Amino acid sequence: MVVSLNLPIDHVSSWWGGVQMGPPDPILGVTEAFKRDTNPKKMNLGVGAYRDDHGKPFVLSCVRKAEELITAKHMDKEYLPIGGLGDFSKCCAQLALGADSEVLKSSRNITVQTISGTGSLRIGANFLARFHGGPRDVYLPKPSWGNHTPIFRDAGMQLKAYRYYDPSTCGFDFKGALDDISKIPEQSVIMLHACAHNPTGVDPKPEQWKEISDLVKKRNLLVFFDMAYQGFASGDIDRDAWAVRYFIEQGHNILLSQSFAKNMGLYGERVGGFTVVCNDTEEAKRVESQLKILIRPIYSNPPMNGARIAATILNTPDLRSLWLEEVHFMANRIIKMREQLVAGLKKEGSSHNWQHVIDQIGMFCFTGLKPEQVERLTKEFSVYMTKDGRISMAGVTSANVGYLAHGIHAVTK
Amino acid sequence: MSVFGDVPLAPPVAVFKLSADFREDGHPQKVNLGVGAYRTDDCQPWVLPVVKKVERLIVEDAGLNHEYLPILGLPEFRSASSKVALGDGSAAIKDGRVGGVQALGGTGALRIGAEFLRRWYNGVNNTATPVYVSAPTWENHNSVFADAGFKDIRPYHYWDAAKRGLDLAGLLDDLEKAPEHSVFVLHACAHNPTGTDPTREEWKQISEIMKRRSLFVFFDSAYQGFASGDLDKDAWAIRYFVSEGFELFIAQSFSKNFGLYNERVGYLTVVARDSENLSRTLSQMEKIVRTTWSNPPSQGARIVSKTLNCPELFAEWKSNVKTMADRVLLMRDQLKAKLQALGTPGTWDHITQQIGMFSFTGLNPKQVEYMIAEKHVYLMASGRINMCGLTTSNIDYIAQSIHDAVTKKSHFFRVENKLNRSLGRCLINMVGVFSPDVLCCCATLLPQKEKTSFTDH
Repeated sequence: MVVSLNLPIDHVSSWWGGVQMGPPDPILGVTEAFKRDTNPKKMNLGVGAYRDDHGKPFVLSCVRKAEELITAKHMDKEYLPIGGLGDFSKCCAQLALGADSEVLKSSRNITVQTISGTGSLRIGANFLARFHGGPRDVYLPKPSWGNHTPIFRDAGMQLKAYRYYDPSTCGFDFKGALDDISKIPEQSVIMLHACAHNPTGVDPKPEQWKEISDLVKKRNLLVFFDMAYQGFASGDIDRDAWAVRYFIEQGHNILLSQSFAKNMGLYGERVGGFTVVCNDTEEAKRVESQLKILIRPIYSNPPMNGARIAATILNTPDLRSLWLEEVHFMANRIIKMREQLVAGLKKEGSSHNWQHVIDQIGMFCFTGLKPEQVERLTKEFSVYMTKDGRISMAGVTSANVGYLAHGIHAVTK
Repeated sequence: MSVFGDVPLAPPVAVFKLSADFREDGHPQKVNLGVGAYRTDDCQPWVLPVVKKVERLIVEDAGLNHEYLPILGLPEFRSASSKVALGDGSAAIKDGRVGGVQALGGTGALRIGAEFLRRWYNGVNNTATPVYVSAPTWENHNSVFADAGFKDIRPYHYWDAAKRGLDLAGLLDDLEKAPEHSVFVLHACAHNPTGTDPTREEWKQISEIMKRRSLFVFFDSAYQGFASGDLDKDAWAIRYFVSEGFELFIAQSFSKNFGLYNERVGYLTVVARDSENLSRTLSQMEKIVRTTWSNPPSQGARIVSKTLNCPELFAEWKSNVKTMADRVLLMRDQLKAKLQALGTPGTWDHITQQIGMFSFTGLNPKQVEYMIAEKHVYLMASGRINMCGLTTSNIDYIAQSIHDAVTKKSHFFRVENKLNRSLGRCLINMVGVFSPDVLCCCATLLPQKEKTSFTDH
């Protein structure tokens, strides 16, 4: 929250005398604190970045192979179009919507390459702020990824929430969600996490998605899907995209943000896509033209490297198969760690019900720990996580899962 | 009924539309003098040899991964970028009052700087603070500041069409009359699109007024090394202002001088009064970055960082940069010589006096239209040409085309109720977004327009 200090501007001192120190980012700030800790047993369960079973960053083989192929081609470094690499946008949309999608066949989508998921959400938010005739309100699930709120706010939208997570069950508050959604004013924007909800790991079941779709249609809401974990949730890319595809089939003309940070391990290359499903090609062209007008004064055109890698993987059959295997592998390791954590807690003698750790899906687990317990876990055991009790399962390994179980038990018994 | 039913079709960004039209043109002698990207004498894009070398090193380094960079960027890249701009011996860097933000190209650096200024510069809401951009300027400057929330973007006198040079008197007058604390976007060297830079004496005069009147200095430095072939020479103005004690921003691009256009490598250098002010400033810039792109792309920054931080690679890079700058200088000399040999009406000294990638030929819109339609030589409506598009193979054709355009389409061209071309293009781009009324009321803010003629000199 910005507070006006009404300081007199003293020219002899600095222009920035009135600039307040910004608080550290709640998520990325965790890693910085972790780095400063000297405890050899420390664990970083903050950022959602996949780690292998040795706790090391994992560069996918399909990525390395794609890089070799690309290097051998000796391509130039000319500017990409504002909307990015055409090959990438095409296969990005195909991945999400399915190759046989009617939307793709009738070319009624516009998909642009973006700066990973954040860049995609921001473009979408800016587009809504400029062109959405409905209310300024974007409804987020409670809770949602911490960065959703400032992204939409900086774009000029306002944030509201609908019930989502039920702390008493550590599961989905389906009744609460439907109740709240039924009251959202028409034409408002509703944000849905396509799969592997961040931070809770709690996803609606297919039958629940169907009811949500019906209700959202009845309320005439504009749907904005955030899909940052396609493939990473269940290990199956089509299964993880089911909700997105179902909504489209049901007639919702959605907005969609995609990230390839996690499912291809391309975090720092910033690979993402933003899609608007329109009524027809003509509308898609108009929307595309305006997206370019929005993008140009932010960064002109997107970076090539990551998009080229992603497109090469998706468009080269054996690299694509290899990728699907590796995504499946990563998702499975997470699932195994969930099972081992629960087993470990049982072994420690915990009397709590930890079933939600196994039921939740994707990279994150909403442990149910309260802020004071989180603080103790960090201070006493050097286990770093966000204050809301969220842990990144990707940071758990067979070597440290026992230590984690021990720590969690200690602060919750 | 679609929520986007009313979304109007926006006109394409002019410079990219030009390239698109060029691509569709089947004429065998077509030439693209539009987009600002370097070309070899074979009219090919050029991946710098040092870049190829460093990229191989990166791909072969099994120890490197694709993890997130910090929000403000790759640390080695950040320190190297500031050093390149301010010089190895920079006192400001030694004092710990220089920092910055890795950004997506020069555009990204400008945007982060603009967003920060709007939020924090002179009080917490600067939407009404005037932002001055040169007339003409890179057309995206307007959009960057407008989309960052600034409502009052004004031109400052810069290009004198009659004398085909800097309108110093007009510029200094604008500085004297600007409201205190106004933001001024200055081109560090190789002004885009005119190629006309202030002399050192003129920079000193600009600096004196800006200091006295508390105007904010925001440098756009997209061509360091590319202008004269010498990194230090091209950074003279920036370093002078820093030595004069200004707190300032520098939006740096490595697109051109590293040929890394599509990797989006840029940096916003921040020079503050002291390290304490710097750290608070950077902490707020972090928040802006976090909601824009979270953290920057790593590939381009790694390439630049490895190059700048290794003495041998740095030397090789400087020589690659000089190769590019020298070819441009050669083409300038030759174009001027050929136009003079043809007896093309007018004086053509400006071709060699101007510096950097671009030349403001002085061709008027009708002549430009002729060049494109009849000669298939593509250039911006402003008369701006990219010198890199000239080669030993096409320079005769281009010179002849200019000659024909001038002799066949020469007339006194007055822009009455039309708009300044570069500002106008930006406003035209915005028409799709805002109502035509905005276009009309902006027209009244613009200076009386250029009279371009090759028959009076």
